[in-house]
Amino acid sequence: MAGNVIKYERDNIDTDVILPGTYLKLHDYDEIAKHAMEGIDPNFHARVKKGDFIVAGKNFGCGSSREHAPIALSHCGIKGVLAVSFARIFYRNSVDGAFLLPIEIQEETYKKISDGDELEVDTQKNEVRNVTKNEVYTMKPFSEIVSKIIAAGGLFKYKPD
Amino acid sequence: MNITEKILARASGKSSVAPDDIIFANVDKAMIHDVSGPGVIKVFEKLKKEGMNVDKLWDPSKVWVAEDHFVPSAEKISAENIVKLSKFTKEYGIEKHFKYGMGQYGICHTLSHEEALVLPGEVYVGGDSHTNTTGAMGAFACGLGHTDVAYVLLNGKIWFKVPETLYFKINGKLPQGVMAKDVILKIIGDIGNDGAAYAAMEFGGNGISAMSVESRLTLCNMTTEAGAKNGIIEPDEKTSDYLAQRGAADYTPVHGDKDAQYAKVYEYDVSELEPIVAKPYSPENIAVVREVSGIPLDKSYIGSCTGAKYEDLEAAAGVLMGRKVKIRTEVLPASISIYKRAMENGLIKIFLDAGATVGPPTCGACCGAHMGVLAKDEVCISTTNRNFPGRMGHVESQTYLASPLVAAASAVTGKITDPRDL
Repeated sequence: MAGNVIKYERDNIDTDVILPGTYLKLHDYDEIAKHAMEGIDPNFHARVKKGDFIVAGKNFGCGSSREHAPIALSHCGIKGVLAVSFARIFYRNSVDGAFLLPIEIQEETYKKISDGDELEVDTQKNEVRNVTKNEVYTMKPFSEIVSKIIAAGGLFKYKPD
Repeated sequence: MNITEKILARASGKSSVAPDDIIFANVDKAMIHDVSGPGVIKVFEKLKKEGMNVDKLWDPSKVWVAEDHFVPSAEKISAENIVKLSKFTKEYGIEKHFKYGMGQYGICHTLSHEEALVLPGEVYVGGDSHTNTTGAMGAFACGLGHTDVAYVLLNGKIWFKVPETLYFKINGKLPQGVMAKDVILKIIGDIGNDGAAYAAMEFGGNGISAMSVESRLTLCNMTTEAGAKNGIIEPDEKTSDYLAQRGAADYTPVHGDKDAQYAKVYEYDVSELEPIVAKPYSPENIAVVREVSGIPLDKSYIGSCTGAKYEDLEAAAGVLMGRKVKIRTEVLPASISIYKRAMENGLIKIFLDAGATVGPPTCGACCGAHMGVLAKDEVCISTTNRNFPGRMGHVESQTYLASPLVAAASAVTGKITDPRDL
């Protein structure tokens, strides 16, 4: 996976800013996507490109259980979010619904990556390569079950052992 | 094992489980509402297109449906979602559908306890993050997204990582002017928005024994704001009395073992606690009310699963009785059953005499959806659970989270006020 970084230098990016509550009535994925990140970045939908990554601080996706949050991001083209940590429901929704990859990175990696950097993510090697800065970082490996669900293409395609 | 581990062990058919074990737990109860329901329907449609059989639910008698987020419908899309829900419950034979305008209805988490829909020892999942609320009944209660809930509705089970448990030992009796809301705000302020990420938060101690069931529900409700997988309280006589009053007696309560293990133990003496608010824009951003008193307000909101249960309304009415509000004040009982009791006992008249507006049960304004959203730069004191940017309306509006006593006292003065200073 390769793409450019949209970076938010903040912790606790919650589901109310990823997809504000007033749009929870929407269930058309493309309509939902138009309002992605509207709470802190009204231009997000216009500037995001297919394959881009979001980079942010700790506790990304905290707040509500709305699956609208990973749906909004993935239907804008976001393939992965790289954050210092994730809130649990956002993480589960991203994986079980096969919307995007929630990638945990170290605090110093988060600081090194800049907005606009080109990244390549290799989940086999657990590596994040920063093509722009010519740097390589490690990502936290996915747990066994999360790897299997991702490999299967979501919870419904996963067959428990 | 502690109570969370024992419930999850039983539900996954194992003699014991430990933190970090991956299990598939059989689910006892599942809930969807007018946001997660249409989300689940969308997942079903997708699965059907992919050739999967979605003709039958695992057990429609264990599923219940609430209409709460976008009722009363403010526009066409919300109205259509309600129609979709009705078609879904009819098609799949779900009988427990609490419809707006047809007797008992209300916020899903409030119905879960008011209607005794979740019992001690059960595994309960809901398509809403505040599903944690109902852990106060001694159940494992956990919020999930649309895909996961759809999986539960079709298979009756779901995977979990067994959480480690943080134990909060609450000692002492709450002083006058202080409520369970102040306790949970204090805890979130101490441990942070992710202080219990992926963990269970269990509450115990003589302070919990002394608390009403509704107060315990307030504690568990906001464990979500600390990132917890579930909040839980061991059932006692108050729990069984509460359930018996609602006709539920057939269940097997679960208690932790004497040698139960906890990842961390926190002790709180609440007898000296003061009223607390969470300032914008995060539930962890707390301050003692007297440190911020005098901040001018535009609105006081007494509503939601967190802050519009019967005792919340009773507390607010105690403050508003014989007084007048100075700012826009909205009171929305969390269910019709609570609304009726509030009316029968004269609380609704007290609110109306004080100048407040009383509305129907809805999540509307709490999640910035409709029915009283905030304008740019407006400042609100609210008995709800979240105050992230834009949570209750415009992204530049501000919400202070507070107890019903503080919200009512602040309504009277028009600025943030400690109820003991009125």
